[in-house]
Amino acid sequence: MQHLLQLEDVVIRFALRFGDLTAVDGVSFALDKGQRLGLVGESGAGKSVTGFSIINLISKPGYIASGRILFEGRDLAHLDEEEMRDIRGNRISMIFQDPMMTLNPVLTIGEQMVETLLAHRKFTEDECRDRALETLRKVHIPSPEKRLSQYPHELSGGMRQRIVIAIALLADPALIIADEPSTALDVTIQAEILDLLLELCESEKTALILITHDLAVVSQVTETIAVMYAGKIVELGSTEAVIHTPMHPYTRGLINALPGSVHSERRLNQIPGMMPSLMTIPPGCSFHPRCEYRMEVCRHQVPDLRYYESFGREVACHLGEGLFGRSS
Amino acid sequence: MNPTPPLLEVKNITKHFDISGGFLEKLSLENMRPVLKKTVVHALNDVSFSIIAGETFSIVGESGCGKSTLGRAVLGLYPPSSGQIYYYGTRIDVLNAREMLPYRRKMQMVFQDPYASLNPRMKVEQTLMEPVLFHNPAITMLEARDLVSEIMEQVGVDPLWASRYPHEFSGGQRQRISIARALMVEPEFIVADEPISALDVSIQAQILNLFMEAQETRGLTYLFITHDMSVVKHISTRVAVMYLGTICELARTEALFTRPRHPYTQALLSAIPVLGTKKARHIKLKGEVPTPIDLPKGCVFHKRCPHVFARCREEVPLLAEYDSGRLLACHGVEEGRI
Amino acid sequence: MDWWRRFRQSFLLYSFLRDSVAIACSLILIVLVLVSFLAPLIAPHNPYDSSSIDILNAEMPPMWMDGGSPEFILGTDSQGRDMLSTLLYGMRVSIIIGCLAVLMQAFIGVVIGLISGYLGGRIDSFLMRMADVQLSFSTMMVAIFLGAIFQEAFGVGLYEQFAVPMLVIIIGLAEWPQYARTVRASVLAEKKKEYVEAARVIGLRAQRIMGRHILPNTVSPVLVISTVQVANAIMSEAALSFLGLGMPVTRPSLGSLINSGFEYIFSGSWWITLFPGIFLVLLILVINLLGDWLRDVLNPKLYKG
Repeated sequence: MQHLLQLEDVVIRFALRFGDLTAVDGVSFALDKGQRLGLVGESGAGKSVTGFSIINLISKPGYIASGRILFEGRDLAHLDEEEMRDIRGNRISMIFQDPMMTLNPVLTIGEQMVETLLAHRKFTEDECRDRALETLRKVHIPSPEKRLSQYPHELSGGMRQRIVIAIALLADPALIIADEPSTALDVTIQAEILDLLLELCESEKTALILITHDLAVVSQVTETIAVMYAGKIVELGSTEAVIHTPMHPYTRGLINALPGSVHSERRLNQIPGMMPSLMTIPPGCSFHPRCEYRMEVCRHQVPDLRYYESFGREVACHLGEGLFGRSS
Repeated sequence: MNPTPPLLEVKNITKHFDISGGFLEKLSLENMRPVLKKTVVHALNDVSFSIIAGETFSIVGESGCGKSTLGRAVLGLYPPSSGQIYYYGTRIDVLNAREMLPYRRKMQMVFQDPYASLNPRMKVEQTLMEPVLFHNPAITMLEARDLVSEIMEQVGVDPLWASRYPHEFSGGQRQRISIARALMVEPEFIVADEPISALDVSIQAQILNLFMEAQETRGLTYLFITHDMSVVKHISTRVAVMYLGTICELARTEALFTRPRHPYTQALLSAIPVLGTKKARHIKLKGEVPTPIDLPKGCVFHKRCPHVFARCREEVPLLAEYDSGRLLACHGVEEGRI
Repeated sequence: MDWWRRFRQSFLLYSFLRDSVAIACSLILIVLVLVSFLAPLIAPHNPYDSSSIDILNAEMPPMWMDGGSPEFILGTDSQGRDMLSTLLYGMRVSIIIGCLAVLMQAFIGVVIGLISGYLGGRIDSFLMRMADVQLSFSTMMVAIFLGAIFQEAFGVGLYEQFAVPMLVIIIGLAEWPQYARTVRASVLAEKKKEYVEAARVIGLRAQRIMGRHILPNTVSPVLVISTVQVANAIMSEAALSFLGLGMPVTRPSLGSLINSGFEYIFSGSWWITLFPGIFLVLLILVINLLGDWLRDVLNPKLYKG
């Protein structure tokens, strides 16, 4: 069966003055219709770049060096700008952390929604308006007629993010990429936005890639989770399994580092050190300097992302299944 | 009554910011007559609490609730519009800069943004030495340097890097340096304003551990300001929940998390995403946080409260003590409706 | 050497080496500055030495024209001074006045901008209104006004004797608001940053926070406007001299040279005006181009975006 989206060994580099930096190093994953995937990692892990690469929005010195990004049978990595425009905002929509990145401050909400629609559909003015109102209702915006004539600055942060979601939904996309959609919002608003995303993905059968640093957020919204570290996916599997029985030492470390998670003692289980910058990625497994289970082989051999049948997931670690039975 | 006064006592503090700008912006017409109109942000409204030596007192709330203003008011960065602040029984909000100096040594602050809280044009060593040289003019350069190395070691930054500039460090290391700067003058009390929210998850745990270690070894008292409930749950002794410049609930951490009683606290706690549990229905609040410019009459929370009552719209609820030292400002609880 | 290593790895040097315009401009600027400051050593004649000037040599054309002499490469002016030598000496005067005037502007402007931005409130309003008033008069008008007053008060003779410091003061006083506003704007931005609050938590006094913490962080915009201001100051000086309010003919700057040749331009002696004009334009142009480059490099929004 063909997947909705399939990334095959995608490598993204940044051309800088002292040479090329590899930001994303051979990422592969697949997503089916209506499936929700969480891309988790710390800043600099390459999660946002991976997300942007799907719709070819990597900003300048960055470029897709190799690999294929198959979406509905087409390779997005090799489409020209014209064909790409037809996909962006139409088949694939994007939601950013800051709603003001998407919303134009000098246009009313209505104008922006109509503009987006007209870019992809041959609608009349009235049809556009109806469709806009319908979508605004879908994201539970109170008194949608009034909102159409308002400007973004007249709305609160949570309301703006709802509008952004509404705009993303306008053209019935098959996939929504949400980059930290709730990070800038307060907890109570964040909960509402996440609820909304979940509800919409379920009712519209839209696939979702949720890019975030927050494991708890991912665990509530997505079915699959991909944990990224220093440009690579280190663990990929069903969200529940990964969260409850993490196999990769990094995933395990991240989960144990959360306050109030597994341990009740006062001192938190910290991962020593920090993620290497793209310039100083160590040889072998990029996590080995911070890993408490490191072995000799980790220092010089890069572990492959291997599928473990009995655990139903892919892990890139020389320990493999061996991590189980070891207490942290 | 406790014979020794608490480390810090804040009494009925209010802070208003006049944001109306110049004369021309204030001028407006009312009934065809020109009047001067002031636009005032009510950042803090009648906030009182006290902090006992050795505890970690946390203030939580959503953005704009006045928690950062409160932290800065305590340290005298923003002089309060009214109210009093006592440090071990001495009123400090009325002191001038010179009289304040001995208290400056005892109270320090750690900031949120590790990229803005260190002067980019000063070497780490200069940044760390400045408070020491300023407060002990008698100290020699050699002693000061030794102290810098010692503290850098304690916060986990290699002292060999002392002559580097902040931009050569990562966010987590900068936050460690920020903490080191606060520790340089051997304070008793540290205000930490969202000290980990700008950091990555794996670094957050390191910094939190550092805070707790420093507390154990130095007997520090913290005023911890954050919006992250799981962090609060982990490190604090007592928690105050703020909404629109007022404290709605103040209790011991276990008491607050096991049985939140104020409707806002309940909504806030229900909204925290918990790792690995599919979403339990969270309490949905109506509408949005009003601006602190026109505060609602009565209880500040009444427009969004699911248990609103006629009295809430008219009368401001006052903090009253309930079970085991829990302070609560809610008519509903007082009347036994919630 | 630590700073040398840092300089070699810096973004400044990197972008400089990649920008051929910047390299060319700085080369030209270095040559111009060198020849003008080494004028006493390399100029064929000394235009300040009236004993060496022969009026019979007046208005000789450049050497490649009929009537020119290899002794005077670019010809002579109306008093018989060698154009090339006069030009080099004149350029030196122009550059000195330009730089000193900018130093003065920068000093006044930075101090006022710091105080205004850091203290805010009424002091800020007062100082900025003063700057507005100053800016609403054109620089030339203020300079002419001050120049005329000074000339009247001290007498033409004394004024000519102290022409350099006078011009420095006049131009310095006319353009300080540029600095004050730039510095104030960046102080307002820096003041909000947490390191300033940290300094206040330590208990440092306002002067120390302004001088030690905020001032070093406003250096880049000050550097950028300084280049443009040097060019402007040289221009103002030339204009004032051209109007007869600047350097006397006995110790000409580029402006007064252009002026002195202006009367003879219709009698055919175009070189007296043209050569100083070319050098003035060249000097201003390279400084401005360098300023543009510096602004692009130091403005983080343009390259980090």
